[in-house]
Amino acid sequence: MTMTVGDFHYISKLVRDRAAIVLEPGKEYLIESRLLPLVRERGHDSITDLVADLQRAPHAALRDEVVEAMTTNETSFFRDGAPFQALTERVLPELIRARAAERSLNIWSAACSSGQEVYSIAMTVRDVLAADPHWRVRLLATDLSQQMLTRTREGCYSQLEVNRGLPAAALVRHFRRDGLSWRISDDLRQMIDTRSLNLAEEWPVLPSMDVVFLRNVLIYFDTEVKRQILARVRRVLRPDGFLFLGGAETTLNLDDSFERLQIGRATAYRLRDGKASA
Amino acid sequence: MRALVIDDSRAMRTILSRLMQGLGYDVEAVGDGAEALDAVRRGPRPDVALVDWNMPVMDGLEFVTRVRKVPEWRDITLMMVTTESEHGQIVRALAAGAHEYVIKPFSPDDIADKLRLLGLA
Ligand SMILES: C[S@@+](CC[C@H](N)C(=O)[O-])C[C@H]1O[C@@H](n2cnc3c(N)ncnc32)[C@H](O)[C@@H]1O
Ligand SMILES: [Mg+2]
Repeated sequence: MTMTVGDFHYISKLVRDRAAIVLEPGKEYLIESRLLPLVRERGHDSITDLVADLQRAPHAALRDEVVEAMTTNETSFFRDGAPFQALTERVLPELIRARAAERSLNIWSAACSSGQEVYSIAMTVRDVLAADPHWRVRLLATDLSQQMLTRTREGCYSQLEVNRGLPAAALVRHFRRDGLSWRISDDLRQMIDTRSLNLAEEWPVLPSMDVVFLRNVLIYFDTEVKRQILARVRRVLRPDGFLFLGGAETTLNLDDSFERLQIGRATAYRLRDGKASA
Repeated sequence: MRALVIDDSRAMRTILSRLMQGLGYDVEAVGDGAEALDAVRRGPRPDVALVDWNMPVMDGLEFVTRVRKVPEWRDITLMMVTTESEHGQIVRALAAGAHEYVIKPFSPDDIADKLRLLGLA
């Protein structure tokens, strides 16, 4: 055991205060395995040593690195498949009709990790709208982690990452080889704005969103934080917009203003009574 | 559902066979494209073939090209599983009629994910 009870309390409080992520007792092993690389990299002897360093002086960079090390960044292209099929078959066609006058769409990937989700959305939009010069489609990708935002901006993926979930036809169409990696086309990269955003704190002013992807991140928060986040989503989502959550997430018992909508095998959420006022 | 695993590496045949069995497939494994064509002709016809590219006698691209020339074999899903990773090679394989393409090394989930994309898992 390389971590004391005191270390556990310090780290779990830090991660909870900064990112709202809940680490229950029993997650010591997770903390150790995530922090040991950082401990080594920083030349500390142990987690206890690292914690002591953090306690001695406010150390914003190190603190952020610890928090980032504790986030799960697992993601893949077209993760779960169904939401992207729903975009193609229903969400985008419906919104394109509804926005025929303004010809503009705003879509948000609200915990974008290394960017596979937002690029999957971009590829889907390209398939549905081609490169129609009359439409302005803005994709916003945000995350707590600077490292993940940098990766999203770069749009550069390993062989293993493109193997996962990315259809070969999309790979050859939208990516080119760059050394051992694959780089997404500038055309898709330019559709995307990246921005640092902590979901658990006050949000900056955002454009009104037509579609929000908020997937596989609510699971890390407690009920109160989930509620606050959904209340903010309610405010940024256009009345006829669509919300997608992760497979293990729901608004049920958290926020009554959303209603579930089944689209094929995907579940989307819409604001109750919102559709008519679009 | 039946899967045909085509790879000249015995270790790879074992890995892929186990993986496909784990997904509920009946599996036959062969060591090159020519044996694979024999197996398809002989039947029972596979629903999906996992095809290595570099093999002696007949390579995977040739196998894919030949399978695609036979209308009765139209329903066989062809997935290349190979170390060939150049953009142009992938384009060639897709043009020849491969439905999907997985680059070695892969993780077991990759194959399952792609089969799911094709409605086969
Ligand atoms: C498991 S990934 C989900 C990626 C993608 N949405 C998906 O479903 O594949 C979770 C992401 O949430 C981010 N995250 C964790 N806590 C956060 C917070 N409080 N605010 C913003 N992002 C956060 C992590 O940095 C990580 O990139
Ligand atoms: Mg070989």
